[in-house]
Amino acid sequence: MASVALSEAEKVYIVHGVQEDLRVDGRGCEDYRYVEVETDVVSNTSGSARVKLGHTDILVGVKAEMGTPKLEKPNEGYLEFFVDCSANATPEFEGRGGDDLGTEIANTLYRIFNKSSVDLKSLCISPREHCWILYVDVLLLECGGNLFDTICIAVKAALFNTRIPRVRVLEDEEGSKDIELSDDPYDCIRLSVENVPCIVTLCKIGYRHVVDATLQEEACSLASLLVSVTSTGVVTCMRKVGKGSLDPESVFEMMETGKRVGKVLHASLQSVLHKEESLGPKRPKVGFLG
Amino acid sequence: MAVEMRLPVARKPLSESVGRDTKKHLVVPGDTITTDTGFMRGHGTYMGEEKLIASVAGSVERVNKLICVKALKTRYNGEVGDIVVGRITERRRSAEDELAMRGFLQEGDLISAEVQAVFSDGAVSLHTRSLKYGKLGQGVLVQVSPSLVKRQKTHFHDLPCGASVILGNNGFIWIYPTPEHKEEDAGGFTANLEPVSLADREVISRLRNCIVSLVTQRMMLYDTSILYCYEASLPHQIKDLLKPEIMEEVVMETRQRLLEQEG
Repeated sequence: MASVALSEAEKVYIVHGVQEDLRVDGRGCEDYRYVEVETDVVSNTSGSARVKLGHTDILVGVKAEMGTPKLEKPNEGYLEFFVDCSANATPEFEGRGGDDLGTEIANTLYRIFNKSSVDLKSLCISPREHCWILYVDVLLLECGGNLFDTICIAVKAALFNTRIPRVRVLEDEEGSKDIELSDDPYDCIRLSVENVPCIVTLCKIGYRHVVDATLQEEACSLASLLVSVTSTGVVTCMRKVGKGSLDPESVFEMMETGKRVGKVLHASLQSVLHKEESLGPKRPKVGFLG
Repeated sequence: MAVEMRLPVARKPLSESVGRDTKKHLVVPGDTITTDTGFMRGHGTYMGEEKLIASVAGSVERVNKLICVKALKTRYNGEVGDIVVGRITERRRSAEDELAMRGFLQEGDLISAEVQAVFSDGAVSLHTRSLKYGKLGQGVLVQVSPSLVKRQKTHFHDLPCGASVILGNNGFIWIYPTPEHKEEDAGGFTANLEPVSLADREVISRLRNCIVSLVTQRMMLYDTSILYCYEASLPHQIKDLLKPEIMEEVVMETRQRLLEQEG
């Protein structure tokens, strides 16, 4: 993870501030920075989204390709995650430097997306033979703290934006199957992202915990808890990161905060995505040059 | 608890919102500034093929017979006498260094210093020979582009709102609580680690958000502009200053006040 060097006095200032619920930029312990979400930014993908949270910038592209289902789950499609930490984000990611962080994030995404997050049966075309595989590619453009939350928001927005073409399986007299793509390019199936979870990272600083830590605050925290929460407040996965230790009471408190904040996060994201969709295809696109 | 998500909005070009009458003469490297050879050439220009050509991207400034190009965004170039705020990244490893300095300064510490000399390759040598320079204690660091820090007589300001600020010429701005006793300046080598009061913290956080707003609107940073921005931001909550529309409103008001004060 990208890190900044801080002097002892700066760390002391940040820690004392958190205890009094007034962080360096005036936020409270449970406030997020301002988030910008835009979908459909990459034209040759099935779905894409770009999310900017403070100085953190994430781009996610989803490509739907046809393949064979996994042997143990013949009636379902599946998702594959790949995370690329671009050297643009921070000089530490130059060359192979970003690979470790990329694999860690990808593994976390695999864990939080369990069976009920996305309806995998809808991705099946014909059992044991054809299914849709969704390749989700995450690109880190800028690293400003709180990576996991932003990546999850971007993945959810990209999946919401994904349009999978409708296909029909035709069987002729000899029994050989043919797959026919619909002629209308707008005839597609959409995924339901109701149950896709969002990650809330809670960093323990001093005796309290904060949500959406900046790079400086992350440098003051020895232990963090990643809680993955669905829109109804159900916790699907929990993971502790960092060298420090957490006692069980703190873990419980942080989990409760994560659930609360997670529900608000989901509600906010849903309203922005619906608002963007209601603006229709004629909405002004900002993209990368705005 | 607040989570606010929005759709992105394209940035408006500044000239629309400001309504400037005199358009600045903007140039990019390689542009001809003038073919008149009567001018003296200043920073950011060079003479080629009997015309004056710009070597940096910025706006042309003319003072009588001197033409120079002021770059909009640059790396810091040291000048003798500049005040800088810097962070120690590495140190010379020698026996005397280990014995003497490590007690005072560690890697990661912030110091304020003055530029003593500039070498030909651009490296600067710093000195902290008076007690007002030295290790910095508790406070907040904001990093901005060096071209936005206005050159003034003094860069150490004690603002009337209750905090002090050091405007480093290298773009590092240090905001800290005003020390109560005048003998203990920002420098020295012992840091005070007592908790800072909530009122002081609020002032410091507000100042930090004001400086960030001024920087996003590309306004020059000096004590008056920061103070006016602080006063214009008082009706809003500190964390609301992070929202783009409130930032614009506050900076617009600051700009108005500064124009009134000049005119």
